[in-house]
Amino acid sequence: MSVVATPRRGRRAVKPTTVLATIAVVAVSAVVLLPIAIIVFTAFKPVAEVNAFPPSLVPHDWTLDNLKQVTSDLPFLRLTANSFIFAGGVTAFALVFDSLAAYALARMDFTGRKVLLVIIIATLMIPFQATLIPLYQLVADLGWVNSYAGLIAPRAADAFGIFFLRQFFLALPRDVDSAARIDGASEFRVFRSIVLPNAMPALLTLGLFTFVNNWNDLLWPLVFTTDAEMGTITSGLTLLTGPSGIVPHGVMMAGSLIAILPLVIAFLFIQRRFIENIATTGLK
Amino acid sequence: MSAQHPPVRRYRPPAPLGGRRRASKGLLRRNARAFAFLAPALVVIGLFVIWPMISALRLSFTDASGFGREEWVGLENYATVFTDPDILNAVVNTVQYTVLFTPTAVLAALGLALLLNNPRLPFRSFFRTALFVPFVVSFAVAAFAWSYLIDPQVGLLNYWLGGLGIRMGNVLQDPTLAMPAVAFVAVWKLFGFYFVIFLAGLQDIPSSLYEAARVDGAGPWSRLRHVTLPLLSNTMAFVLIFAMIAALQAFDQIYVMTGGGPYGNTQTVVMEIYESGFRKLEVGFASALSYVLLAATLILSLVQFVFFGRKEKDLSS
Repeated sequence: MSVVATPRRGRRAVKPTTVLATIAVVAVSAVVLLPIAIIVFTAFKPVAEVNAFPPSLVPHDWTLDNLKQVTSDLPFLRLTANSFIFAGGVTAFALVFDSLAAYALARMDFTGRKVLLVIIIATLMIPFQATLIPLYQLVADLGWVNSYAGLIAPRAADAFGIFFLRQFFLALPRDVDSAARIDGASEFRVFRSIVLPNAMPALLTLGLFTFVNNWNDLLWPLVFTTDAEMGTITSGLTLLTGPSGIVPHGVMMAGSLIAILPLVIAFLFIQRRFIENIATTGLK
Repeated sequence: MSAQHPPVRRYRPPAPLGGRRRASKGLLRRNARAFAFLAPALVVIGLFVIWPMISALRLSFTDASGFGREEWVGLENYATVFTDPDILNAVVNTVQYTVLFTPTAVLAALGLALLLNNPRLPFRSFFRTALFVPFVVSFAVAAFAWSYLIDPQVGLLNYWLGGLGIRMGNVLQDPTLAMPAVAFVAVWKLFGFYFVIFLAGLQDIPSSLYEAARVDGAGPWSRLRHVTLPLLSNTMAFVLIFAMIAALQAFDQIYVMTGGGPYGNTQTVVMEIYESGFRKLEVGFASALSYVLLAATLILSLVQFVFFGRKEKDLSS
């Protein structure tokens, strides 16, 4: 990527350590991807093969029965839309609010900064289940149960994002923003025009994490929505297991496939810019 | 629109060095400016995190059940936390889970990040993507997939390992294997997150430092020890704290895979909080237990923070 001429490497012999590293990475990747493979393949397996012994990874006869079953059991379009609104809404708010707060904590000098930082880190350690009952009562008092507001507002800012962005802002060089400040730029201007553009990789990373965590959250939509139409795809999926407690593997895997597909596609789509951004910060 | 001259900025003489002129007014303005940045986040966190936390603290001194009137019971709930044998069991299990999960996940993430930081490795971006994929899978889905893979009758992994002479039997019903199994699922699900953070940390290390070290005759091992690891200490602190908190709050996959069994062997503190708070409706007791967990987590994190903070200071001096 650099314009400076580098000494030509030529076709050097491959180092044995590189070969070993490659083998190790391939082996780990295979184990890591096995559950994904089992979800994808089992989703298209007929029932007889799902419960057959010896088990196989790839189906002999491919079928859409599991997918048909799962989409007729649940209002999948509505649940998917809810997941997008909930996870997307939380992500949009959290990125704005967290980056503002993180900027103040990393770059501004004010009374009580250290105390505030400790409080924010401390809130990270609260088990989410601990505050759930008082939180539910609060959301109910606001009349927000079964609404997008109830799902989104309590997560419109979070300590994790603030801490994560603060760490990133601390590492950014300060010479440019001091220069801008000497030129009379306002603090908000420095934030918006200098720090934020340089923090794109961190924002993208945090945005992806926030979206994924909320999309995948189970207890949150279960608690704050009682109406099946207001649930998310993740909470809807648990309805499949039913009171019988018997899990039809094929149908579960078909539902799982539908639940993970948008995230995997979104990730693969963002992935290119994500890696590029990380790589460019490495060049500075 | 028009080709005007840029507005002429009035010349302001630089403030005298060390000037104390209107220091208090400047401080006030600085504070107001900072709190304007902080306000949205503080309102959300204050209303939806801090306030419920205070409510939970109050509840921890009562016999609240979530409904009806609650009576003040003083420290009774806390006394139960420290004497109940079930709670002691859950604490021991949680420590065991944390000890299994944290080092495994962090070392796997660091190791793979170091391997993938090697520019000569083929298909780097493919592997990077592959290793991160589990993070976008929910704990519930991960638990379903792994449970199916290690099913004693139709589990593919069980069958393959059996072919290699490794008989695992019914892992989730096995008192010694159930805990490593649920910890492993968490490693699978979360290490990609730590891996990406390490990778970003590695890319932030200026290559000039490696070149300087190489000029000084440092081999790969010594470059790792004296350049990479010290400069990663900030990232390491971040990752360790998050891995540990994740471990202490283990819940989802245990809830799906074992429900705390067999014989309470995978029953963790958060499982106890959930059961007493939502099943038995002992809200007061559940709140007391969460406060004890909170205190334990806080102390551990502060120790870690101070430790890594000091190392960082040594490095810069």
